[in-house]
Amino acid sequence: MHSVDFYGAGFPYNPIKELEGKLIVLEGTDGVGRSTQIQLLRRWLEDEGYAVSDTGLHRSPLTQAGLESAKNGHTLSPLTMSLFYATDFADRLENQIIPALKAGFVVLSDRYFFSIIARDIVRGADPDRARSIYGFALKPDLVIYMRSDVDSLVARLVHGRGFDYWESGMDIRCADNIFDSFVIYQGKLIEQFDKMSDEFGFVTIDATRSVQAVFGDLKAQIKNLFERLPE
Amino acid sequence: MLSTGNYKGKLIVVEGIDGSGKSTQIDLLHKWLLSKGHSVYFSEWNSSELVKSTSRMAKEKKMFTPTTFSLMTATDFADRWERYIFPLLKAGGIVLADRYAFTAFARDVARGVDPAWVRSMYSFAPMPDLTLYFRVPLDVAVDRILSSRAKIKYYEAGMDLGLSDNKVTSFRLFQQRVIDEYEKMVDEFGMTVIDGTESVQKEQKLVRQLVTRILRGWEGLPNPLVRSRRRSTVVA
Repeated sequence: MHSVDFYGAGFPYNPIKELEGKLIVLEGTDGVGRSTQIQLLRRWLEDEGYAVSDTGLHRSPLTQAGLESAKNGHTLSPLTMSLFYATDFADRLENQIIPALKAGFVVLSDRYFFSIIARDIVRGADPDRARSIYGFALKPDLVIYMRSDVDSLVARLVHGRGFDYWESGMDIRCADNIFDSFVIYQGKLIEQFDKMSDEFGFVTIDATRSVQAVFGDLKAQIKNLFERLPE
Repeated sequence: MLSTGNYKGKLIVVEGIDGSGKSTQIDLLHKWLLSKGHSVYFSEWNSSELVKSTSRMAKEKKMFTPTTFSLMTATDFADRWERYIFPLLKAGGIVLADRYAFTAFARDVARGVDPAWVRSMYSFAPMPDLTLYFRVPLDVAVDRILSSRAKIKYYEAGMDLGLSDNKVTSFRLFQQRVIDEYEKMVDEFGMTVIDGTESVQKEQKLVRQLVTRILRGWEGLPNPLVRSRRRSTVVA
């Protein structure tokens, strides 16, 4: 059990004194292999005897349908998108992540609000404003930044799911075609993650290596955390 | 904190608790300004089409926490701001808003969120050119609401806060908290206070005087429909 820390005021109407579980976040741009690693980590942690809960961006029951339809209609402008995602994030934090932590789960979060901030800033949001919205956010016990370069991302997507409109930043038209737009957009996101790395204390892992090599690093970091913060 | 406006138009806002009479007043003002030949756009609180389905579902299923309620409201406002309010102000129109960021500051803080946090969310929104706060005692507002409406809704009554199991009691307690927040903001945001217990006609006279004052010497976007009609009368 350890003390609870927020980036700002947290939830003043619902003070939390302590949380038994641990919040571990995997961050990084699109196509960096986060979901594969989360699956591996989950299996490993469960083998070790931990109860695990995993969660990702825009999966909240509150906003899922509304966000999907807004994205399909391409009707979201940057400011509105930023707040809609913040709503989604808050819903998951209050209704999924914190209850799981209270119950002593290890929560593996596929991204956290850092990804949302990066996207907001690339779309022209004021960096301070973008950060201040997340004053309610709980500080994770560990944030691992899976860093890649744009060339590796391209290779993964060509052999994987292909180029997505939003992942390519086509809503802000970084270029006149989806490939060039992807390259520019993802490059800008990586720049934002790099900037946040020191500020938020990310542990950076080179994600351009094999799945097993990355997994090995992640396990080492998590073991380290458990030694540092025993139950 | 709110920013300074960078636009040609004029932004006029009415604020106050439910039953303070502000909607009646802004409706009369709207019609009057149109009759004067101005280009006027009216925007109501929580009216974004984008957010509607999510918000309705969340209210029906009682899914909101104070934080998500606050964020959803801000999303609604941002959508209306980006789509309608800001472009119309840039074009030089008059925008009338029935509730503005101050409503969020009052209600969300009454629900328990951090005052500085909710203010930071609306930092993109400019200070209005005129903010009219309709001040009424709680009893007057509650009587008006209870006599005119069949039912007070769950979140309107602040039932999510668990102040009372009785809806009317909860509504009264919640609205008193909202009033307390409004009163704190009168100086903070330089609101013009209107006595909401006066007759509709008397209040409207004052509202028109205040609006006339801020429109003096200002040339906004003329309403082309009204102008062409004038021209045709001259020709005739």
